[in-house]
Amino acid sequence: MKISIQVNEGPYQHQASDTAYQFAKAAIEKGHEIFRVFFYHDGVNNASRFTLPPQDDRNVINQWAELGIKNADGEPELVVCIAAALRRGMLDESEASKNDINGNNLHPAFRISGLGQLIEAGIKSDRLVVFGD
Amino acid sequence: MLHIVNKSSFERNSLKSCLNTIDDTSVMLLIEDGVISAAKNTNAPMIADLAVQGRVYALQGDVEARGISSKLADNIKLVGYAGFVDLVVEHGTAVSWV
Amino acid sequence: MATKKFMYLNRRSSFGTIYAIESLEVVLIAAAFEQDVSLAFIDDGVYQIVEGQNADGIGMKNFSKTFHALGDYDINKLYVSAESLEERGLSADDLMPLVYEDEDDDWAEKPSIKVVFNVELSKIMSEQDVCLSF
Repeated sequence: MKISIQVNEGPYQHQASDTAYQFAKAAIEKGHEIFRVFFYHDGVNNASRFTLPPQDDRNVINQWAELGIKNADGEPELVVCIAAALRRGMLDESEASKNDINGNNLHPAFRISGLGQLIEAGIKSDRLVVFGD
Repeated sequence: MLHIVNKSSFERNSLKSCLNTIDDTSVMLLIEDGVISAAKNTNAPMIADLAVQGRVYALQGDVEARGISSKLADNIKLVGYAGFVDLVVEHGTAVSWV
Repeated sequence: MATKKFMYLNRRSSFGTIYAIESLEVVLIAAAFEQDVSLAFIDDGVYQIVEGQNADGIGMKNFSKTFHALGDYDINKLYVSAESLEERGLSADDLMPLVYEDEDDDWAEKPSIKVVFNVELSKIMSEQDVCLSF
């Protein structure tokens, strides 16, 4: 089955991202396809490559990255909402240069795109599950 | 439908709101702090009827993490993350009471 | 693309958290996809569409007027929980007069808001293909 996931909260503050990750991992192990994970609201903070948790704790960002959720073209299907991301200072290279900001923090396993990607995930997937606060 | 509740009924009204709209064919999954409602406590009667009908599941990892495995209310079905996936597959549209 | 039934479930008020405005942003984008869209306002979500919101005193953007635009985007199914209104001492008269023009009825202006009891809301929810919660 094609399953998509919406994550509404950032890492560490809430369990939402951890649960969503465990769910995605289990779904993949059972042979389902994770069509897309869409990060919205503070969920965009799951994509920061500057995240440095203590060594004895899990790295939520790397966990997502290691799932390697990609489409047939090899693009990441860990999608960060652009409006929510810019509002919260989550930038990829292109948005940083567009806004004349030095530096960017988006982890390469993620990509920034529009809200339409969430709707499209709802249309193209058999199921969409929301994880939040 | 699968209704997912992730908040303690002592902290938020998510469980109550879910119960207000859940229909006769839907099931409920308690996750994260939602599993606090799966324990024997003064709020347990809220889901007792639904549990008797075999329609209440709780995520085992969350139950164990909160140290309430031995205090589980009657008729609660425990599932792992794989079981969570099965519930999503089997019960159609998922509604999260975040 | 196939048409699916999407429900947007709103259970929080306008300003305490960002969920209300970012939910509305999704709904406005959703309009372009020509899906069947419903909005549900339950619990404190009913405060999102209360008439007379004024955010001047808190230095935040008052986005409540944006709800008036939904009718122009063919989003005209706004279900409000009657029980949630009653618990909060509110009635349908306290809500914004949101309307749409019905193209099948000579563009007659009709209310977009339907106050429904939980039992009816339950039935509407069970008909949805996708439920997005905010």
